[in-house]
Amino acid sequence: MHGFANPARFLRLARWLMPVCLVAGIAIAFAALSWGLFVAPAERLQGQTVRIVYLHVPAAWLGMSGWMGIAAASFTELVWRHPLAGIAARACAVPGAVFTAICLITGSLWGRPAWGTWWVWDGRLTSMLVLLFLYFGWMALSQASEAADGGEGSGALRAPAIFGLVGAVNIPIIHYSVIWWNSQHQPPSITTGGSAMSGAFLWPLLIAMLGFTLIFAGVVMARMRAILANQQAEARLRRKAMAEGN
Amino acid sequence: MAIKAKHQRLVLLVIALVVLVGAALLAAWALRNQASYFYVPAEITANPPAPSRGVRLGGMVEKGSIKTMPDGVTIAFVVGDGKATVPVVFKGIVPSLFVEGSGVVAEGHMRPDGTFEADNLLAKHDEKYVPREMKDMTGEQARQVVAETK
Repeated sequence: MHGFANPARFLRLARWLMPVCLVAGIAIAFAALSWGLFVAPAERLQGQTVRIVYLHVPAAWLGMSGWMGIAAASFTELVWRHPLAGIAARACAVPGAVFTAICLITGSLWGRPAWGTWWVWDGRLTSMLVLLFLYFGWMALSQASEAADGGEGSGALRAPAIFGLVGAVNIPIIHYSVIWWNSQHQPPSITTGGSAMSGAFLWPLLIAMLGFTLIFAGVVMARMRAILANQQAEARLRRKAMAEGN
Repeated sequence: MAIKAKHQRLVLLVIALVVLVGAALLAAWALRNQASYFYVPAEITANPPAPSRGVRLGGMVEKGSIKTMPDGVTIAFVVGDGKATVPVVFKGIVPSLFVEGSGVVAEGHMRPDGTFEADNLLAKHDEKYVPREMKDMTGEQARQVVAETK
């Protein structure tokens, strides 16, 4: 657990793992999107509009995974006070929010031809919009508590960590919204019991999810490195200022 | 022996999470009827809403039920959920995914005569994704689609 307590070990790992994730993720996502957009068949009722699924579903998956990342990091922060936990949570927030926004935008564009409307206030769409607002609120709280704390000490991490855990309640609500309640959005196609999606759509979709997940992991590592570098630079400036003051 | 601080934090946090998830489940249970986006035909027929009240009706468009009225722009069809059916009339342009045997959400109100008058129609697609070309399907899926389109 504390193998990476020293950021130097994490930095050594991230230095080569980050570019590997980014390059492999971009290549795999590009291949999967090309497959989905140009090779995969049209759907029996939806026709060509089904192709937006190859962006919409990976974005939904990563929007929700991003918050699970914040929640897991928050738990680690609150229990073990792991020095990288707060940094990992901050690193997940922006990519998570971006993918949530992509999911909402592509879903809206898909809803117009498929359903006949850009937006409805059903359980799935509403809970996903709530997730986007949770990300905005979390980022604001994280910045505010850091500013209030002067960027030092774990007090800056406590409040966002509690918010991160409480906000995770929304994730199962998003998932079960289409099962618990009648909704405009259809129930999940891919479940642990199997797939209601034919293999011709399923394989490019799963590969696109893998590719975008690798991109997400690469971005999180890049942001963690940037935050650590920033902290080191600030600490150095402070030491220098103190030395000059003496 | 004193409990180590991090073990105490772990126990407290797990208890807090159990309470939180319990509260969320209770809230979701309380919302189970209110948070639905539409009524199904069985609910509409068992408890018809007042004609003045706007409601949404969702279900499957019954096979062979879509009929165009003599004026050419009004359509009538039947929405069912396997337990009950409700006749619907709608005047306007239907979404392209509005077909017999597929899902629909109609916004409007119940007339006193038991017909649902829709002001707006939304198509609902199911969780199945099946290619247009039958040759790309496995035998079982092809049989399923043939059975659906009969």
